[in-house]
Amino acid sequence: MLEIKDLHVKFHTRDREAVAGVTLTIHDGEILGLVGESGSGKTVTAMSVAGLLPRRQCDYRGEVLLDGQDLLHADRDFLRTVQGKKIGVVFQQPMNAMDPLIRVGEQVGEVLRIHTDMSPEERRRASLEAMDAVELDDPEAVYRKYPHELSGGMLQRAMIAAAIVIRPSLLLLDEPTTALDVTIQAQILELLKKLNAESGVSMMFISHNLNVVRKLCTHVAVMQRGLLVEEGSTADVFYHPQHEYTRHLIDAIPRRRKYQ
Amino acid sequence: MKSMLRRVLMLLATMLIVSFLTYAAFELISGDPAEAMLGTQATPARVEALRKELGLDAPFLVRYARWLLGFFSGNLGVSYSYKLPVAELIAPKLAVTLWMCLISFIIISVISLPLGVLSYQSAVGRFGWLHTTLNQFFMAVPPFFTGILISWGCGVILRFFTPGDFPDLHADPAGALRYLFFAAVCIAIPRVAMMLRMMRSTVISEMEKDYVQTAISRGNDRQGVLVGHVLKNSLVPAITMLGQTMAEIVAGGIVVEQVFGIPGLGRLLVASIANRDYPTVQAVVVILAFWVVFAGMAADLVNQCIDPRLRLGGES
Repeated sequence: MLEIKDLHVKFHTRDREAVAGVTLTIHDGEILGLVGESGSGKTVTAMSVAGLLPRRQCDYRGEVLLDGQDLLHADRDFLRTVQGKKIGVVFQQPMNAMDPLIRVGEQVGEVLRIHTDMSPEERRRASLEAMDAVELDDPEAVYRKYPHELSGGMLQRAMIAAAIVIRPSLLLLDEPTTALDVTIQAQILELLKKLNAESGVSMMFISHNLNVVRKLCTHVAVMQRGLLVEEGSTADVFYHPQHEYTRHLIDAIPRRRKYQ
Repeated sequence: MKSMLRRVLMLLATMLIVSFLTYAAFELISGDPAEAMLGTQATPARVEALRKELGLDAPFLVRYARWLLGFFSGNLGVSYSYKLPVAELIAPKLAVTLWMCLISFIIISVISLPLGVLSYQSAVGRFGWLHTTLNQFFMAVPPFFTGILISWGCGVILRFFTPGDFPDLHADPAGALRYLFFAAVCIAIPRVAMMLRMMRSTVISEMEKDYVQTAISRGNDRQGVLVGHVLKNSLVPAITMLGQTMAEIVAGGIVVEQVFGIPGLGRLLVASIANRDYPTVQAVVVILAFWVVFAGMAADLVNQCIDPRLRLGGES
């Protein structure tokens, strides 16, 4: 469903290409983990898919095909019909990603207001359903809250609800658990797994944490300095890493050790 | 509720301090109301008698306490130079100044809030430099100068109003308001430029924030992002600044009242200071202090309606 072909992105302010020829495919229902250290180009890759590249500030070439249609060079009007509707995005910092002055419920239903002609009451009901699906306790109460009144974990659930409320075919998750503490992180991962199993939504999950990726993803792609160094099913990459960089990353996962 | 109470107490305290400082200031500068009233030809005995009559022979603190007591019992005293109760003297002039400031405030808000958001696009574009230059120019133009230009252009040449001939607010409200409108424009011009500049930088910094990315990723168009999200977020600093503006236009009004010959508070204040007319000066100063604190309070209240994070101890 999503094909990235030879994607290059170079920001005017940098010498090196942020993304230097990435080719990737995500099939229906797959969860692809995009792994790499900061500056490896994983977020820029995701932004190219989400239509969030600051086009005036960078050079870009290649193709980003969603169901066969190129997004990378698409005009903004077309892009807007895809953003939010076919591609939902969840960002790293839920506190900042929410508009502080608008009630959480309204933000969850924002995509419905933009992309459908549902009535306010229908939107409200759909939003509450989505908030229920992401296991927010008491959606009615959360609906009326402002972002600053919720915890980071609850906000991230609300952000996920906002991304799935319209049932997009692809979810882009840019380090969605990095800002959360470990127990909440585990809950969010379970939730994403459940959503994927129930609705078959494809996901691109960006993380620098291999452990998290191993738990969640069906496929893994490893990036280093703008290049894709390794790609394959999660099992293959973890048990038979081909590239030295991948081996380093795997070795860096903290493990429980037995004391002798 | 508690914060409201604190606000009101602060308002009272500010008025007290300002009135005391004004009283103290007259202690420090030379000049005497009795001398000012009687002129230079008066005999010292005559001046001394008048001083006694006015209660000026009492020590400074006693006089201030007397004034304060009068103030709280609703008696502002009698103007030395106009021989009128101060309340009666001030009321019509206060009305004129309030109207002028109100019109000016409306002009500033109505122009700069929407234009500030719109100007974001032109400001970051190719003509940003033109924008900045015009902005600097209008900010630097002193109101008395634009006042003279407007009096000449709109008054003498185009005859929209007759400079120097201010119609009575009660007898000819429409004429008076039209006259005040031109003075209000004068006060508004540098303020609008300042507000625009501030709005633009606020919008630019808001556009960098993460929630804007979220809004774009949901398929909002430019207008959806600007009006749906950025405008509301930019409003809080804008309202704070409008509050300050509301206070400052009264000060700016003093000069403009002189240029246009408008019988408002500003002119009264200047004349009363020259005549050492203590009761009148005190009353005007307290009104101005009230106005300044009140403007800040009003801005805070409006901001609390906009930004839930500013509502302390509210619902939860």
